[in-house]
Amino acid sequence: MSDLLDLMVAGLATGAIYALVAVGFTLLWQTSQTINFAQGEFVMLPAFFMLAAMHAGAPFWLAILIGIGLSMILLGLGFKLLLVDPMLRHGVLPLAIATMALAIGIKEAVKQFFSAEASPFPSVVPAGEASILGRAVSLQSLGVLALAILAVIGLTALLNRTSLGRQMQAVAQNPNVARIIGIPVERMILLTFLINAVLVAVASVLITPIYLAKFSSGEVLGQAAFIAAIVGGFNQVRGAIAGGLLIGVVDNLSAAYISTQYRAAVPMILLIAIILFCPQGLLGRAEERTV
Amino acid sequence: MRELRKYLPFALSAAVVAALIVVPMNFNRYGLFILSQWATMTIAAMGLNLTLGYAGQVSLAQGAFVGIGAYTAALMTTHGLPLAGALALAILLCFAIGWLLGYPALRVQHHYLAFVTLAFSTLAFLVFRNESWLTGGTYGISNIPRPAIFGFATNRPLPFYYVCLGMLGIVTLCMWWLIRSPWGRAFMALRENPIRAQSLGVDTRRYTLMAFAIGSALGGVAGVIYAPLTQYIDPVPFNLSLSLDLLMMVIVGGSGFFFGPFLGAMIAVLLPEWLRVTEGYYLMLYAAAVILLLIWSPTGILGILDRFLAERRTRAASAKRAGTKSQWETVA
Repeated sequence: MSDLLDLMVAGLATGAIYALVAVGFTLLWQTSQTINFAQGEFVMLPAFFMLAAMHAGAPFWLAILIGIGLSMILLGLGFKLLLVDPMLRHGVLPLAIATMALAIGIKEAVKQFFSAEASPFPSVVPAGEASILGRAVSLQSLGVLALAILAVIGLTALLNRTSLGRQMQAVAQNPNVARIIGIPVERMILLTFLINAVLVAVASVLITPIYLAKFSSGEVLGQAAFIAAIVGGFNQVRGAIAGGLLIGVVDNLSAAYISTQYRAAVPMILLIAIILFCPQGLLGRAEERTV
Repeated sequence: MRELRKYLPFALSAAVVAALIVVPMNFNRYGLFILSQWATMTIAAMGLNLTLGYAGQVSLAQGAFVGIGAYTAALMTTHGLPLAGALALAILLCFAIGWLLGYPALRVQHHYLAFVTLAFSTLAFLVFRNESWLTGGTYGISNIPRPAIFGFATNRPLPFYYVCLGMLGIVTLCMWWLIRSPWGRAFMALRENPIRAQSLGVDTRRYTLMAFAIGSALGGVAGVIYAPLTQYIDPVPFNLSLSLDLLMMVIVGGSGFFFGPFLGAMIAVLLPEWLRVTEGYYLMLYAAAVILLLIWSPTGILGILDRFLAERRTRAASAKRAGTKSQWETVA
């Protein structure tokens, strides 16, 4: 039983990180129809910014701030201005393909300029174990879970409680009407890109100590976030959160109880089942067809 | 002049075919391998172009179908069965799997096909890797024999290149016929406006499945010649990134253009080879080239040509109109 508890906590911890990445993914989709196939690489890259800052002598906390800042400039602003803006009016697919090429470019750049080997990364949460209900649970999992939940609560508060967040939601629901009632649509879209950049940087800080910093680690992450977003409902932030947590737990439990060889298959089967029986996702709303 | 224009495309294609046959004759082993790979990937990309470019369905599993074809060929030929039999079986298998895979996607909107195929692609990879009693697992299958065509052994690189090229030629002719058939028109109606197509009596369900299944079968064909080309297969080349690469080839070449996959596969297979002189930077440059191309022309390389031709045609037409108008004026 203590195994199960441990697995659940670890699963929720990775799931919460998936949720952060998946939320960024759905935000971009909602406000600007961008399917970002480089989202996993976006999580991989800030860790290297931080490592580079630390190599230059910055303390860990400063390196994290530098990493988040660089991520906002390059993966938020730069990504929007240089790639999304020129391509958006040409439809979803060419842009999606361009992000695939971007993913290759980021991976190769990290391999070439940094290292092809995995680098260790300091953890923001101290190692060790805490005792819950008389059982030992990894402190790192708990810390990651707490931080990720904090980030998610902060984001939902921003989206639902502030005027800014409501303006962003309005843009996501109907940009034309939003423009008519005086919402600065362009600025709101830029804001979602910046939020996505912060989310991936936070996810990077949380997940890299677990999986190490490696140029190829974005592939698995990006795919997990993608599936989490679909399972939860492609068009809902809370759906992406639920999807992320679910995928994290399912992934961990299936590795322990079903088969390590087919662990990656279980989320996929879940995905197909969701599409068959509940195509709008667990918490999503159905999209309407247009002629 | 008009006669010339009519025969120009035929002359041009004849020249290209002749060049593809004659020029590689003194290529080395590696050059021939790359060219054969180009022919193979073009076949797979043509299948995806039918699914995506003509019928408008996004598939992220074309790489998995190439894998199924390759494993079918590898398993059958290493057990002494002929490659032609493997080809027939692979086509049947990929067609059937594609057909079945399309069903869940049809229940909902079309971009869900992309998600289902993404999941299938990963599942197929896991089966290739884990079912080692059949596929050899991570060790793969080695010593895949090359076929003898009408008694000619094709073990050397040049004859096998001609096998790949011949297969590409056959697939091209079949596709040319298919696109011009009523089926091809139905596929395009599906892409342009599925609901209108349905209201005009096109059985959209059946044609969506059909386009996807035929496209998948061509992925299988590509796999069947991929296996004897490399003579060794393992699961790694058939993971999701092959599907994404093939999708990139179709979009970069120009999705929905008949010759788009030829150019797209050329960019994806040959450009990295040409850039190899830059060593560690070659894939970075390749990615940058793809991004810049798509920013410049989201409809791909043939999109540029198409725009250029359309502009010239409009200019010619308006010049003609201006000419007739001035004639009128002089008469009046």
